[in-house]
Amino acid sequence: MTGADVLLLALGAVAVGSGVLVVATKHLVRAGLYLVVCLGALAGMYLVLTAELVAWVQVLIYVGAVVVLLLFAVMLTRAPIGASDDLDRPGWPAALVGGGTGLGLAALLVDAYRWTSVELPDPGTAERLGDQIFRTWVLPFEVLSVLLLAALVGAIVLSRPDIGRREVDRDGSARPDADRARGGRPGTGGEGGRSR
Amino acid sequence: MRPVIPYVTAAFLFGLGVYGVLRRRNAVLVLMAVELMLNAVNLILVTADTTVRAQLPQGGQVFALFVIVLAAAEIGVGLAIVLQLYRLKASVAVDEVPLTEAPALVPAGGPAGDTAAGRPSDRSDARGADRPEVDR
Repeated sequence: MTGADVLLLALGAVAVGSGVLVVATKHLVRAGLYLVVCLGALAGMYLVLTAELVAWVQVLIYVGAVVVLLLFAVMLTRAPIGASDDLDRPGWPAALVGGGTGLGLAALLVDAYRWTSVELPDPGTAERLGDQIFRTWVLPFEVLSVLLLAALVGAIVLSRPDIGRREVDRDGSARPDADRARGGRPGTGGEGGRSR
Repeated sequence: MRPVIPYVTAAFLFGLGVYGVLRRRNAVLVLMAVELMLNAVNLILVTADTTVRAQLPQGGQVFALFVIVLAAAEIGVGLAIVLQLYRLKASVAVDEVPLTEAPALVPAGGPAGDTAAGRPSDRSDARGADRPEVDR
C-alpha cells in the first residue's frame, strides 16, 4: 500500500458514501449537495491517477455547471424544502438490479486485476492532452461541437412550445376556457382532460 | 498504484446509479443518478488509461473529456424535457407520465386534437386573449 493507494481508498470511500446518500436521501436539495461531494472526490481520484486536466475539467463542468443546473431545476420545479416522502418507488427490484450490477461489475474487475500494481504513467497535463485531442482525436472533437450545437438548439426548441405550432394556435378563441375547465368541456377539452 | 481500488469504486458507483434511476420518482433525482453512472464510466476510462498501455498515449483521458462534454449536453436537454414536463403536468414524477397516450398525441396535429398536444400553446393563446380585454 503506497500513499497513492491510501488516497485512492479514502477518496473512493467518500465518493461511494456520498453516492449512497445521493440516491437515498429524502431531501432534494441535499441530494444535489451530496452530488457535489461525490464529484469532488472523483476529481481528487483523477488527480491521484495523474489525470490533471480531466480533474480540473470535472471541477469546472460538473461541480460548476451541471450541479448548478440541477439545483436550478430543483428550484424551478418548486420542490419542497424539507424532507419529502414521495420521492421513491418501492425499491426491491431497484435494489436487486442495482446491487447485482454493482457487485457483478466489481467481481469482474477484481477477478481481472486481483491485487496487481502498476506504475503511474506520465501525468496527463493540458499540453499532452491538447496534443492528443488536436492531432489524433480532432475529428471526434469537431463532431462533438456539432453535437453541442444540436443539444443547444434542441433545448431551446423544447422549452419554446410556440415554435412549430403557430397555425394550430391561431384558430379557436375559446381555448383559454378549455385550459381552465380542463376536461369539463365535451368538445375541445376532452382530449386535454384525458391526458391530465 | 493498485488499479483494483478505482475500478471497484467505479463499479459501485455505477451500481448506485442504476439503483437511483430505477428507484427514484422525481425526474431531477433520476438525472442525478444518471450523472453518477456517467462519472463511474469516466473513472473507468481514466483508470484504464493508467493501467493499459495503449498505442496512443492518454486516449482514455481524452475520452473522459468527451464523456464530460456529452454529459453536459445530456443534462441540458434532459432538464429542458423535465421543465417542459413540469409545465404540462405540474409534477415531475416519472411514473405519472402517460406513456400510452403519446401515440395518440403525435398524429393529432390537426385542429381536432390540438388541445391535448398543445396545452402550453393555450398559454400563449391566453396571452392573446388577454390583450383585447386590456383594449376594452
